[in-house]
Amino acid sequence: MKEKLTVIIDYNLGNLFSVKHACDHVGLNTVTSNDIDLIKKADALILPGVGAFGEAMNNIDQLNIRDAIIERTQAGIPLLGVCLGLQLLFDESEEFGHQKGLGLLAGKVKKLPGRSSDGKKFKVPQIAWNSIHATENLWEKSALNSVKDGEYFYFVHSYYVAPENDSEILCTTQYAGMKYCSGVMKNNIIAFQFHPEKSGEKGISIYRNWAEQNDLL
Amino acid sequence: MDIKGPNLVKGIHMEGLRVLGLPEQFAEYYYASGADELIFMDVVASLYERNSLSDIISKTAKKIFIPLTVGGGLRTIEDINHVLRAGADKVCLNTAAINNPEIIRKASKKFGSSTIVIAIEAIKESNGEYLAYTDNAREYTGVDVFEWAEKVQDLGAGELYITSVDREGTGEGFDVELINKISSKASIPVIAHGGAGKIGHVIESVKAGSADAVSIASILHYETINQLKNAAGSDKKEGNTEFLKNARSFNNIESTGIEKVKAQMIKAGISCRQ
Repeated sequence: MKEKLTVIIDYNLGNLFSVKHACDHVGLNTVTSNDIDLIKKADALILPGVGAFGEAMNNIDQLNIRDAIIERTQAGIPLLGVCLGLQLLFDESEEFGHQKGLGLLAGKVKKLPGRSSDGKKFKVPQIAWNSIHATENLWEKSALNSVKDGEYFYFVHSYYVAPENDSEILCTTQYAGMKYCSGVMKNNIIAFQFHPEKSGEKGISIYRNWAEQNDLL
Repeated sequence: MDIKGPNLVKGIHMEGLRVLGLPEQFAEYYYASGADELIFMDVVASLYERNSLSDIISKTAKKIFIPLTVGGGLRTIEDINHVLRAGADKVCLNTAAINNPEIIRKASKKFGSSTIVIAIEAIKESNGEYLAYTDNAREYTGVDVFEWAEKVQDLGAGELYITSVDREGTGEGFDVELINKISSKASIPVIAHGGAGKIGHVIESVKAGSADAVSIASILHYETINQLKNAAGSDKKEGNTEFLKNARSFNNIESTGIEKVKAQMIKAGISCRQ
């Protein structure tokens, strides 16, 4: 049988080594690339990223890979989004005016507030380990199925996603006095605001589960 | 984790470095015991303008899946790129940033703000002023710590790593006044460093110092030495290994482990990963 290929999409923003290391560790066959032909023939995609939404989308457009990512995902291959890679899946971001995203999920990307509604100060970006909590019934069939509700993961972000459809929210996290979406799942798409590749063995188990559930090993 | 050549070292007030062992072994031990992040500082790199950390980082990054921050002797965008390519997630700048603040803007634009941690080595002067030092507290700059902390945020720093040089390695506790004054004003996270001698100090730095994260070394290193005793020793080619042979600890340091620190923090109402 032909070995499955997972492409870690490199749109020239942020550091992708940790994602690659995590994939290697669980035995995924990956290549880090922005080659449109590789993206088109990939068996699965990972959309990573740290940095600014607008710059990321500009780079994706300059590399001419926007349509390939959307088409492959709509064709049903597994897509794992991490951090900025989660945010890019949505319709638009309010970062520096309005920036359009990939539109694979309905909703907006918003700035984390520096204060909670009762006036307490919060640092932005949130650079911290924080816990995630299960919503409806997606958890058990997702890559989180070996993770316990309330487990801590490593977050680095100034923006968060507000999905239109509650049914796509996989997990939530509490920060700045509010509960926000820290993970989504819709059909073949799963994405996290936190960095599983930087969250210890629990985080690595998410990569392993995702690879096994999608038969990528 | 202070690194000199191939070895993990520790000093007091950043001087009198003693060799403790191999950083890779300590890193794996701390990862397994629940460390949330590892910070590697090449403590002589600024002095000799060398950076010997790349090897240690590339070995570590393949098996340790928590944030790895690297500092010491990083002077240029190319230096930063080099350690990030070796597997670091973030870099820590001090000397280069004070000598050339524009590097903060350039680096945060190129690598993302969250990749750029600014270290401030603070010394309290006899008149009560706090001034920033460079080159592991050897070089006087005359820069006011609080003004500098504000400026680096404006330039795009993602986190502040505040070392009280007066307390560093002493076990006398963090300079809570210093940490609190910076953290309560800052809009970005502040990591407290320098002075932890017991778990109570760690809790105090969060509760009274408003620290967003706490960096500790001595109180963990001495117990880890015992744990690793049977494993291979340090590279004896460089540094003073007498301390390691004697394995004596300082009077002010209450040796402990990461699990115990976290258990006490949770008991004190501080949320953290266990």
